[in-house]
Formats: sequence, structure tokens, C-alpha cells
Amino acid sequence: MKIETLHYSKSDFASGQEVRWCPGCGDYSILSAVQKTLPELELEKEKFVFVSGIGCSSRFPYYMNTYGFHTIHGRAPAVAMGLKISNPDLSVWVVTGDGDALSIGGNHIYHLLRRNPDINVLLFNNAIYGLTKGQYSPTSAHGTVTKSSPYGSLEEPTTPACFAIGSGATFVARTADVLVKHMAQLMAEGYHHEGTAFMEVLQNCQIFNNGAFDSFLDKEVREDKTIMLEHGKPLIFGKNGDKALRFNSQTFSLEVVETAKVAPEEILVHNAEIDNPVLHAMLSAMKGPDFPVALGVIRRVKKPVYEKLLHQQEEDIIQSKGKGNLKELLQGGETWRIDDAVVDPVLLQ
Amino acid sequence: MKRITDLDAEIYDNYEQDQEKRIQELDQVTIRFAGDSGDGMQITGSQFSATTGIAGNAFNTFPDFPAEIRAPAGTVAGVSGFQIHFSREEIHTSGDFADVLIAMNPAALKANHKDVPRGGVIIVNEDAFTPEDLEKAGYTSNPLEDDSLEVYHVVPVPITRLTVEQLKDVDMPEKEKRRSKNMFALGIAFWMFDMPLLPTEQWIEKKFAKNETLKKANLLALRAGYSFGHMTELLPIHFRIRTAHLRPGLYRSITGNQAISLGLVAASQLANVPLFLGSYPITPASDILHELSRHKNFRIRTFQAEDEIAAMASAIGAAYAGSLAVTSTSGPGLALKTEAMNLAVMAELPVLIINVQRAGPSTGMPTKVEQADLLQALVGRSGESPLPVIAVRSPADGFRKAIHAMQIAVKYMTPVILLSDGYLANGTEEWKLPDLSDLGDFKISFRTEIEGFAPYLRDEHLARPWVKAGTPGLEHRIGGLEKQNITGAVSYDGENHQSMVQLRAQKIMNVQKEVPDAVVLGSGRSNILLVGWGSTFGVITDARLELAEEGIHVDQVHVDYIHPLPANLGDILRRYKHVIVIEKNMGQFAFWLQGMYSLQVEKFNQMNGKPFKTSEVMSIVKALRSNI
Repeated sequence: MKIETLHYSKSDFASGQEVRWCPGCGDYSILSAVQKTLPELELEKEKFVFVSGIGCSSRFPYYMNTYGFHTIHGRAPAVAMGLKISNPDLSVWVVTGDGDALSIGGNHIYHLLRRNPDINVLLFNNAIYGLTKGQYSPTSAHGTVTKSSPYGSLEEPTTPACFAIGSGATFVARTADVLVKHMAQLMAEGYHHEGTAFMEVLQNCQIFNNGAFDSFLDKEVREDKTIMLEHGKPLIFGKNGDKALRFNSQTFSLEVVETAKVAPEEILVHNAEIDNPVLHAMLSAMKGPDFPVALGVIRRVKKPVYEKLLHQQEEDIIQSKGKGNLKELLQGGETWRIDDAVVDPVLLQ
Repeated sequence: MKRITDLDAEIYDNYEQDQEKRIQELDQVTIRFAGDSGDGMQITGSQFSATTGIAGNAFNTFPDFPAEIRAPAGTVAGVSGFQIHFSREEIHTSGDFADVLIAMNPAALKANHKDVPRGGVIIVNEDAFTPEDLEKAGYTSNPLEDDSLEVYHVVPVPITRLTVEQLKDVDMPEKEKRRSKNMFALGIAFWMFDMPLLPTEQWIEKKFAKNETLKKANLLALRAGYSFGHMTELLPIHFRIRTAHLRPGLYRSITGNQAISLGLVAASQLANVPLFLGSYPITPASDILHELSRHKNFRIRTFQAEDEIAAMASAIGAAYAGSLAVTSTSGPGLALKTEAMNLAVMAELPVLIINVQRAGPSTGMPTKVEQADLLQALVGRSGESPLPVIAVRSPADGFRKAIHAMQIAVKYMTPVILLSDGYLANGTEEWKLPDLSDLGDFKISFRTEIEGFAPYLRDEHLARPWVKAGTPGLEHRIGGLEKQNITGAVSYDGENHQSMVQLRAQKIMNVQKEVPDAVVLGSGRSNILLVGWGSTFGVITDARLELAEEGIHVDQVHVDYIHPLPANLGDILRRYKHVIVIEKNMGQFAFWLQGMYSLQVEKFNQMNGKPFKTSEVMSIVKALRSNI
């Protein structure tokens, strides 16, 4: 709902509580991006609720001057469901991390995405467990050396965006803590999406996994190693746009080509709004050294929104059956009357 | 109290053709319908019990069905039973023994005949006693032809054949016709106890309103069974139970799960606040989810969550948004919810957690009765995590207990556990419908005032304010981290933690103001006190009354509020030389009482998956007396 008299500034959304992330943590810039974005959304401040789980990222609600709920490890999506069902007018934001969402809370995030309530998910992916002081996470690269994997982790990492697409997400996007403007843009887009907006923010943990994303986010290489997706625009990247993506129908895969060497119509145009998720999954899965990492809105499709269906069903039933009457409900089924101590039973129906 | 087994065996003899059949008056009867799980025994039993109520009797029922949805047909594992105890006087249990057993196949006979006392009546569907079915049931010889059943009055009836014959003009395959045999059996039972067919006829007409053929088949089978009872030489006598001395009023039959569900609807209506149920299917609690899902026109929002944890967590989210929040489960689910329940303890949000207990641990025996989640409910959480625990004592009692538990949760801003069990969940009794004006007020005032607000302000009960997320000007943060009192700021201060732990404990102790005093039943002059909680109320009451008939006077106290306990309970317990705590676990409530009052109690415990028998409770008293 747009109300013209709303003039919030960034500072209106700061709770005043001392922010206690490590110096240089990527979370600071994410917090700043959120506090910068919210005033632009022109929604009453009391309508925002930030719900988090456990982990560094999950301290987030304490720093926002909005309603906030720091819940338990992995369960923020379930708490958010109850909130959203009870009051669909709330703008509910789940703040979570790679461990919180994809390890202990994997089940909940999957079902959240599948049900598609109008909830925004900010997944801070730093590919490490920070709050417990540095163990490998579900997104840590194979071979990552941590305290719990001194000889290198044995696990294949999951790709959050691929997981989200596989779960039936209607909005999937990726950004990074270093892309200050892009983050804010994406958050606004996620907010305006009707349905669950899944936003992965690649976030640097300076203490336990410093530089985890430098291989493609470092300014020196960023243009060559990432591709910024824009709906309806050709998938071109690299310094001076010298590289592009082409779909090879023989191998059913993407390939990187030199822009100058192919006909323009061979270059793939990004369509975030097609229902078929295959290409979105392929874009999500791209990684170096052979492919650029996709950033931006990967997928944005329209699907029924859970809490709207629920409340519509409620209204429809009230329409057809009438508002519930407690007396009639209690008398449901067969009833009989006992008059005085012992009298002929009267069948009332 | 006169029952069938008190009668002489000769009553079944001396029958002359064309003679009007004799009617024998009885005081109480227990009848059990048993058959294959596909034989429709649950429907048959619930129709019979509803009719006993309509006929003016008091009743109490206990369905006993296999855990498998469709165990192999004809086997003992697949037997489904439904027992109805009905009486001219108020009764509290579904009966120790079945005076009458209606067994639809050999497996049903085998699984149940041991519960029929000498002199009881067994009606069997003799068509099902084929060599093949006998073998499936594990019989080496046909019990109808050997002398293994000679202590009973056995009435073999070709139920299947007579049903099919009666339906010869109905246009349906023979296999379908056979399915109406449960109505034939029900018809015999109605004749046998001189009860009206009308309620069941009306039920059939309503149930099969859209299927003329099935309607006709079921009506024909029901009436044929009744006529058969009238005509056959095998049953020269039938029985009548004089109507019960029940309080005047409007009655219905109700299960514990239904009563709890309707109580929740009533709570929501009284408070004028929408109800949210987050739940995950689990036996024997699922019927609460089913029942509430039907009542969306009361703005009941049911959410079938992805797991038990999410069910609890979603209820917490709903409470934060200002819904009356509930989750329903059984023991294993309660274990999974534990961490989230502690979040509600810490965030001080009202959530009602309903635990319909079953036999554990682990998967245990999901359809069987036990009370072994008591300590889990009381203390089974990390940290110091007190919360009110309330128990339901009879199926209909669930209605008021659900309302009261919800009221306490809101007034004290705390999660509350309501304990039921598999016996109450599926058992039925007659329920005198409450006058809506007697249900009392349930006024909820959400905090909206900005002036002077702090998230952990305390009222006179020590409860913090309930603010709906979305209320202008009251934006605040809550969570599982320890809070500073009043301000709600995150605090790692040890002294603050100590005072908060004590404050949360005191807040729950304050709930004692809501707890009615415990009432001693009996003369109050005995030196033996029987103590129970939860679903044992009925059986302990019946045992006490039957002992009194035998001249043995004991007192009884039944505790519905386990934490906090009634203020007067300690004094009551200390008055008795012998305090016997009777429960279906290894002595958990006894342990709780001993800890709370530093006194010694005696224990009577059983974990056989079935409700106590009245005779078992009586015998423990007799054994004690003989040792005194």
C-alpha cells in the first residue's frame, strides 16, 4: 500500500543497537543496503518484520528498527509462514545464512519456496560457519580446510540458486556484498515480486573464509568472471562486452563464445520470465574457471501465492457456508435431549 | 448392577416357536464389534454408541484398530474392534470385559474371545469360518465345532449369506453386497438390546444421499439383521437397559479429539481472535488437524507444516502476529518441537501445545494408550524451561480444558502443554452440550499504547504485553537470546539471567491462581487415597464406586493441573496413610509428587498399551488392604 506521507530515511530503520559483526564483515554493507532500500518502498515501517534463524547473519533483526524475531537455527521460514498467514499485510523478510538455510533448515526453505508465500529471503552466503568459529558449510568448496576439515572437506558444495529453482522458487536472484547498488536494486525487485523472493548475497567472511569469492568478485577480474543478467538483454559479459553465452542444442549446454565471432542472433537473450526452469538452472550453475558466475535476477515467474489462496479459500467458504455459528457447530452430528431424569428420548434430527 | 453374565444359562433355553420373546432388564452391558479392518467395525460401533445415547443411556466407547491401514485380510493383526459400555447409570470407562462379542471372522474371534467373561454371548459370522480363514487366523480346528467356546453362549449366524440373499434385488456386484454385512450385524445388536433403528436409518439416508443403491443396500441389511434377531431360535431373549439418570439437557456423542477441537473453535469465538493451528500428521492426534481444517468459516487457519518443528515454529510466528496459536502432536512430535517450545518460553508468546500421548518410546505402539510423556512435558527441555501442563480427564473434558489452557497461555504469555492420550482421543462418551453463556469471558487486549511501552514490561501476573507485529509505534525485537527484563535488550549478564530464570519460573507458579482446588471424591474418611491424572479418571472412579459397593471405602483425587499443581493438593496427600498413584507409565507422576511434596507414595503402573481395567484398580486396593 502506498501512502504519500511516508518519508522515511535510512536512519529511521536503524535500531540504535550497537552492531556487533567483525570489522570488515560483508554483513555491514548488506545491512546498509536494506536500510537504504526500505524507505524507497514506501510501506509503513511497522509492517516490516525481519525473521532470522541462527548464525552471524541472523543477528540482523536486532539492528533494524522494525519488528524483528531472532528465532532458532534453520526454522525462520516456518516462523515466517505463521506470521504471513496470520497477517498477509506484513512485509516479511527471512534473513538466513548458508548453514542456517541449507543445512539445518534445508527442509523449511525448500517448503517455503514450494508454497510460494509473499516472503523475501535474504541468504547471506559466506560458505563457512562463522558464529561457531569456522567449520565448512554446505556451500564450502570441496577441499576447504577448516577446523572440522583439517585435511580438506570431502563434500560437494550445493549451489543455493540451483536448489531454489529445483524447489520451485518463483524469484531467484544473486548479488554480492561488494555490489552495493545492485544489492539495493535487487532487494526492491524482490520486495515487489508477488511470491517468495529468494535472494542469495555472496558475502565475505573476513575471519574464517576471507576471499572466498575473490576469484570472480575481485574488481580486477569481475567483468570477465561474472555476468550481469538482465531480463530481455543478450547475455554478454567481459571487458568491453567481448564475451557472450550461446546455447548448444547438440550438447544441451551453454558455451562461452567471443561476441565478435558469432552472429548476434546466436547469442542467448535472458528470459527470466519463462516458466521452464531448465535454462535458469543452467545459468545458476555456471562457475569458473570456464564460465562466468551469474548475478542479477535469474528467474521471476508468476505463480499463485500461498497466503492469498488460503485467505481466498476462507472467504469463499464463508460465502458458501455462512459465518461459523458456534452453537450449531457444537450441536453438529446427532443430538438427543434428556428431559427429566428418565424420560423418552427425543430424537431431534 | 445387573449384567448379562449374571444371568443363568437357562435363559437361552425353553424357547417355543411363535412364543413372544422375553425381555430381560439389565443395568449395564459392554458390547464389542470385531472384524477385519475393512469390515466397517468403527462405523458400526459408533452408530451403536450414538443410538445408546439417543435411547437415553450413558455410554463410553473405546475403538481398537490396527496400526496398519490394511493389514493382511483375515489375520489377527488386521482385526479392528469397537467396544461400547452403556449403562443406566453414569459410567466412566469403556468396560473391562465384553459381555457380548460380535465377531465377523475367525481372527476377530481369536483376538477378542479372551475378553468375554464366562456366560457372555458371542455372535459369529459363521460364513467366514472357512478352512482358509481359520488357517489365516491361526486356528488348527474350527472353534465353532470343538468345545473351546463352551463357557460362552455362542450364536453362529450366516451373516454374509443372509445379507447377500436380502440384497438379491439390489443392482450391485455380490462383492459389494457382502460389504453391507456390518449393517446386518448392527441390526442384530439393535434387536438384541431393544434399541431403535431410526437413528441409523437416518444416518444411512444422509450418508448415502447421493447413492441410491448403497442407501438401499445398507437399509435392507440393517432391517434384515433386526428381523433375524426377532425370528431366530438362537436368541430366545433380548435385553433392555433402563434409561440412565443423566442430568437433563441436550446431549451428543464426542471423542476427545473432537472435544479439544471444538474447545479451540469456542476459544477463538469467545476471544474474537482467529485461531491458527500448525500441525503435522501423527497418530493419534491427526483428527484434531482434520476437525479444525473443516471449520474455515470460523476463521480457523490450519497449516499442515512440513514437519513437527515447523508446525511449532509456525504457531510461534502466528502468535507473534496476534493469532491464537496452537500445535497438535503426539510424543515423538513433542520431542521434535522441544527447541521451538523453548523459543516460545524465552520470547514469552502464547502457544498451546496439544500432546495426544501414545505408547513409546520412539515409534512405539502408535495406536496404543500410555501416559509416559508426562516428564517430557514437564521437564524435557534444555535449560530452566517451566511451562503450565494440564491434562484432559475424559473425552468431553477436552472441550473446557482446551479453552482454559488457551486462556492461561494468553493471560500469562506462555506456551502451555495440554495432555491427552490415545484412549481419550478416539474414545467417546455422551456430552451434555454447554450453555454458551456459561463459557465465560475470554477478553484479549493487545497492547497498542505507545506511551511507556517496553517489550518485557510486566503486569501483575508477570506477563509481558502482547503486541501484534504490525502495530504502529511498537516496533521491537524478540528472540531466543536472554533478555534484559523490561527493555528486552539482549543480555549476557549473569545476574540478569539468574533473575530472569527465577522470574519465568515465578510467572508459571502464578498460574496456580487459575487452578481449581483438587477435590477429594469418596467419603473423605478412608486412609487410602487413589491418585490419578489424565484418562485414568474414569477407571479409578468406577473402581472406587465398585469397591464401595463391596463395602471397601477409599478416597480418590484426580489431578488435572500438573504444573502448577492445585494449591491444596499437598495438604490432601499428607492426610492419607496410603497414597497410591495410578498411572500408565513407570511412575512419572508419583516421581513428580514426591519431588514436589517430599512425601512417599505407593505406585500402581502398567504399560500394556490398553486402558486399565476397573478390576485391576480394585485388586490393587484389595492387595494393599490385605497387607495392612
